[in-house]
Amino acid sequence: MGSAAGGHASGRGAVAERQCPNSKVIALAGNPNVGKSTVFNALTGLHQHTGNWPGKTVSTAQGRCQYDGQELTLVDLPGTYSLSAHSPEEELARNFLRSGEADAVTVVCDATCLERNLCLVLQTLELTPNVLVCVNLMDEAGKKGISVDLPELSRLLGVPVVGTSAGRREGMDELLRQMARVADGQGVSPPGRFAHAADPADKIRLAERIASAAVRYGCPDYTRLDRRLDYLFTSRATGIPVMLLLLTAVFWLTISGANVPSALLSDALFWVQDRLTALFACLSAPPWLHGALVLGAYRVLAWVVSVMLPPMAIFFPLFTLLEDFGYLPRVAFVLDHAFQKARACGKQSLTMCMGFGCNAAGVVGCRIIDSPRERLIAILTNNFVPCNGRFPTLIALITIFFAGTGEGAAQTAKAALMLMAVIVLGVFMTFQVSRLLSATILKGMPSSFALELPPYRRPRLGQVITRSLLDRTLFVLGRAVLVAAPAGLLIWLCANVTVGGVSILARCTSFLDPFARLLGLDGVILMAFILGFPANEIVLPIILMAYLSIGTLVPADDLGALRTLLTQNGWTWLTAVCTMLFSLLHWPCSTTCLTIGRETRSVKWTLVSFVVPTLAGMAACFLTASAARLLGAA
Amino acid sequence: MNNQLSLAALKKGQSALVTGISADGDEAMGRRLLDIGLIRGTRVSCVGVSPAGDPCAYFIRGAVIALRAADARRVGLERVLAPVPDACAVPV
Repeated sequence: MGSAAGGHASGRGAVAERQCPNSKVIALAGNPNVGKSTVFNALTGLHQHTGNWPGKTVSTAQGRCQYDGQELTLVDLPGTYSLSAHSPEEELARNFLRSGEADAVTVVCDATCLERNLCLVLQTLELTPNVLVCVNLMDEAGKKGISVDLPELSRLLGVPVVGTSAGRREGMDELLRQMARVADGQGVSPPGRFAHAADPADKIRLAERIASAAVRYGCPDYTRLDRRLDYLFTSRATGIPVMLLLLTAVFWLTISGANVPSALLSDALFWVQDRLTALFACLSAPPWLHGALVLGAYRVLAWVVSVMLPPMAIFFPLFTLLEDFGYLPRVAFVLDHAFQKARACGKQSLTMCMGFGCNAAGVVGCRIIDSPRERLIAILTNNFVPCNGRFPTLIALITIFFAGTGEGAAQTAKAALMLMAVIVLGVFMTFQVSRLLSATILKGMPSSFALELPPYRRPRLGQVITRSLLDRTLFVLGRAVLVAAPAGLLIWLCANVTVGGVSILARCTSFLDPFARLLGLDGVILMAFILGFPANEIVLPIILMAYLSIGTLVPADDLGALRTLLTQNGWTWLTAVCTMLFSLLHWPCSTTCLTIGRETRSVKWTLVSFVVPTLAGMAACFLTASAARLLGAA
Repeated sequence: MNNQLSLAALKKGQSALVTGISADGDEAMGRRLLDIGLIRGTRVSCVGVSPAGDPCAYFIRGAVIALRAADARRVGLERVLAPVPDACAVPV
């Protein structure tokens, strides 16, 4: 087991790929959460996702930039507190720095917390003399009344020091200029300057001395605002209520904001469908061609886009704002005790939060957990938080069956509360299954860990919105669209190609039906989940498509009509509940499965990650359906 | 570390100096505490307690680090310092 999950980073040594042979390689090293990725992005124009929590960069990224005709290849190493090579990330960073592949190392430091950052500078100087110190977040430090004497720091360290505020792109030119110089070995001291501080404790004391000589605190109370916010977000009285409130607020904004654009998009896309139909008729195309392409591929595509795009375009930026602000580590702090009782790692909260966006991303994020056992638990349970592909299904079903389709803040609030209840159930399942795994196939005690609660930062609004729209929303939508069109085509074919007078679709669904009924579902729903394996986004469209092709033809382009369509096909509140339960608790999508396979390098654990949530979902649906039927409630 | 004040016993708003760290065979934790700058003589303050009472948040060398009680017990302390008024403790 240890080798299965533990070898993920150690086997993946970083090798710099120089585009041209004269290119100089510059490594970016630094503590976690000092804005290394922001510096990297500002210099290379690339878009590494950044977030205000330690461990965002879990593997290396490379990019290029130019200074004065000199090409520089930048390698963004994972953030580490030290180079002692005790975690895979540290080992990767240390090996890369020792390999001599880098012509220079830029150590990015946080100006608001320079003392601890200097320990890494001193460790880096032990490995190579070509070091440049980039004191980042100078703007944050300024706001807190902290001033850093850069020339004095440079004198004490014997290497060039540049002050930057990468978020505002300040100091980037000077940083580039110094990088090019240091890569040529200019302006740095010969090795061995700090040979007397070989012991780790000596380095800490040396860093303390250097910091006290170079840093001035204008206001001794500079953390006061942060501590007040921490009290609000993490205290016994307010921590959990505020967390639930924030979550509900995010959902409320998502649901209420998505209604109108969803309807508009749907109108527009179905207007296009009518035009396409007219075009096909005009070209006197055969009906089967029109059916397959327009009623199959196009219609499912249109549903996926109109149902998914608006909630995602609102949810992702909101969530990224919280992330940028620094709220996620506070969630980890508040929830840690539950993970401790489950004998899992508190950082699992962070990977769980990433799972909200995309479970595959959440699984990759599990690299921030050092202990292989705890990392596996986090990977196996990541699917219990619904990703963005499942939100629209949940929102649609809640709105149709439980919150009413009318407008008004009260109904939206009701829907948001219910969605939050679904999420809370997912988190509860995460705890329970983690605990179960810890007690059975992944036995062990929780390992120690230290979680940094970084300073809060004012989110960079414009940047957050563009990045989350472009990188996340369009990426996830693109993947869904790629799957939706072929799936629409396939399902249309299945519904219309008959064998012995019965369509293939009807054969499949009637085969699945008896089992699905036990779970409170029906054959169509279960098959939609199976066909939705490549992307959860298409589950609801497939259900609708299948009903439309089997039963009566209602144009289902708004939620009222959807409700009619679903109830005509035998849906009750119980069907909706079980479908939501199964959506929350079933196998991970194909992308997530592939990612789990890659991260664990084990077929066995990939299978376990498939089977565990599926069994949980079947059990939950079966129990719910049986209980409701026994009580005569449905 | 018996009969001695440990980091886990530090109340919110209190500060103290570290006397030593007993890794107790858990090398990884010893290193992690070293990485965040905890050595003999380091000043630490408790600045926050999570809703369940464990973990707690500590101000260490300019950064706020959350540690579980099981781990904080390994850090020995001496001389609890008088709370600095309003610097770390936040009565809201």
